[in-house]
Amino acid sequence: MSKAKLKILTSSLAGCFGCHMSLLDMDERWLELADLVELVRSPLVDTRSQSRCDIGLIEGGLCNEENIHLLLEFREQCKILVAVGACAINGGVPALRNRYSVADCLEAVYLHGLNVTQPQIPSDAELPLLTDKVYPLQEWVKVDYSLPGCPPPADAFFQLISALHDGREPDLNYVNRHFD
Amino acid sequence: MIVSIANEYSVPVSEVRAIIDFYHFLSDKKNADYHFYFSNNIIDKMAHSDLLVLQLGERLNSIIQQDPSRVCLDETSCIGLADHAPAALVNGRPLPALNPQSIEEVAELVALGRPLDHWPAHLFQVRTRICRRSWLLNMSLPPGESLLSWQTKGSATILQELQASQLRGRGGAGFATALKWRSCEEQHSGEKYVICNADEGEPGTFKDRVMLSEHSDWLWEGMTLCAATVGASKGFLYLRAEYAYLLPQLETSLQVRRDTGWLGAALKERLGFEFDIQIVLGAGAYICGEESALLESLEGKRGIPRIRPPFPTISGYLRQPTVVNNVETFIHAAAIISKGSDSFLQLGTTQSKGTQLLSISGDCQRPGVYEYAFGETVEQILSDCGADEVQAVQIGGPSGQLLGPQSFHLTLGYEALGGSGSLMIFNHRRSLIEVVNNFTNFFAFESCGFCTPCRVGTALNQRMLTRLHLKQLRQHEIQLLEESVRLMQNSSHCGLGQSAGNSILNLLHDFPETVEQLLNTIGDDNEARLVQALQPAVQLRKS
Repeated sequence: MSKAKLKILTSSLAGCFGCHMSLLDMDERWLELADLVELVRSPLVDTRSQSRCDIGLIEGGLCNEENIHLLLEFREQCKILVAVGACAINGGVPALRNRYSVADCLEAVYLHGLNVTQPQIPSDAELPLLTDKVYPLQEWVKVDYSLPGCPPPADAFFQLISALHDGREPDLNYVNRHFD
Repeated sequence: MIVSIANEYSVPVSEVRAIIDFYHFLSDKKNADYHFYFSNNIIDKMAHSDLLVLQLGERLNSIIQQDPSRVCLDETSCIGLADHAPAALVNGRPLPALNPQSIEEVAELVALGRPLDHWPAHLFQVRTRICRRSWLLNMSLPPGESLLSWQTKGSATILQELQASQLRGRGGAGFATALKWRSCEEQHSGEKYVICNADEGEPGTFKDRVMLSEHSDWLWEGMTLCAATVGASKGFLYLRAEYAYLLPQLETSLQVRRDTGWLGAALKERLGFEFDIQIVLGAGAYICGEESALLESLEGKRGIPRIRPPFPTISGYLRQPTVVNNVETFIHAAAIISKGSDSFLQLGTTQSKGTQLLSISGDCQRPGVYEYAFGETVEQILSDCGADEVQAVQIGGPSGQLLGPQSFHLTLGYEALGGSGSLMIFNHRRSLIEVVNNFTNFFAFESCGFCTPCRVGTALNQRMLTRLHLKQLRQHEIQLLEESVRLMQNSSHCGLGQSAGNSILNLLHDFPETVEQLLNTIGDDNEARLVQALQPAVQLRKS
């Protein structure tokens, strides 16, 4: 008898969805995975379950208050939290703004930017506030595993998920963790 | 200027820039009239060096504002005056045992524009404090004694005697001296070199400084003996830039040796071989204490450690067979050959024979140099130097070990504590995290940047230690810190990275209560953190 399906959550915070694309890149192996896992909360599906999950695959770092609230929620919700890709692990490209202040960033874009006709810094209450800098996940929550890469290869996702399903310690082979 | 240097030495401009960038004391700008380097070792910090820097800065502020080329206040890694903390260098001269009064005096002299030669001598007075003498320091070693012994016995016997004495290098690594000399002696091609490593950069260590200023003749004797034994005709003393003020007296003492026929051309007539010693100054780089980095530096390059093997005894300075030993090692070798190894062998333990010099500093009544036979307990040493209420000691400098009272029964020697030349003492009023943080900053600054584990690892350690100090580090991150240190131990290119995390591991394992108090126990107070992280954006929205 097969094991119960793993409940998986995926999310993209301050990321570009590239890691999600790579996840989809597993192509026909998704059919194989469909027997092992179930996506319960993900931009790839319509469901938004709040119930407890086995694995959370989080792409992107943290650049605003919404990111942080979500991440804290995911940490609560998931038994195993995985930092997926360079941005989740190190902050990545969005973290390039860390050498400037928030004010400098916003002013450069919304006051002095090219073709700006009504210079003003957006202040709609609906817009999440930016954090002082872009953080990697592990600076706010405990991260159980990291999938390196920009993006991590599809095969790395497959190796991780199948290992966790089988109760094995995930061990990425060399091809999936070298990028030279 | 850079272009003319590049032309003169026929090297690319980029190489000149790389060298300037590598060494702390080199700069592409003209030095200020008064360039101060305050030692930032933990011992100096404990003696309130920060306040003195502030005081001097305040006093000289108007001058600096007016003309920045007149005064520069800088800091640097330990300058080898931990027995005179807090200390600084001004244009290369030592300002030991500073206090608010002497800072006032210095500020006044700078304001008056008085040249250093006209400053009162007491400001530069470094007092030698040899607090305990044993086998070596009780000895009288007349010039040439060991060389005459070599003349009678020959190299083979000298090497045998050295081997029988089981002398090990006193620079820290403890390599068998006879093996090193023999390996160089056995090389039959090329010109051989004898190099003394006087780049005493390990913070808290100053015993070599004391030997250089008190017993330089013994050092020349040891180097000449080595040259005679291995067949070298040229020697170098690689002297750290921080000790440049010793240069005049060292040159004088070399000249005395030449004049009395124990060095230079006169040796040829006397003993049948020629040997002379040249003093070369470093330029402020801890890594140049690593012997292969020292060789690179001596060749005029950046001090980046070489891949070994080949070891220097086969391919050293200019790829020729070279012996590199510490100041104390050469002196010990000369003493053993002069006096025989019997009395030496009676002292010490199974694997560590004889005595060693310890630089003792920090919270004790009598800082200074102490000579102990290997096998002495830390406890006894602490009592000898008048240290009370000791919370911890750092033995062997930042790359050594941090010991708590539960380990004070341990004894000096390569078996347990390594070949450490220094002991820094911290009493109960000190914050250990400040101590380890200081060491971690030191390694991050001094990493040569050549290999990734050390370059990145020292920076990661520095960041995590700072967060631990600020009580921001969480329990699970301690494991990450430990993993980072282990990775550095296993994969760094040289000893710097391999040992940079030693005191961190000691802190984590031997001082669990200290660490526990430092951990972020508010739980993950992410809401409070978030409020703080959003502060700039909130401000902006308000305005």
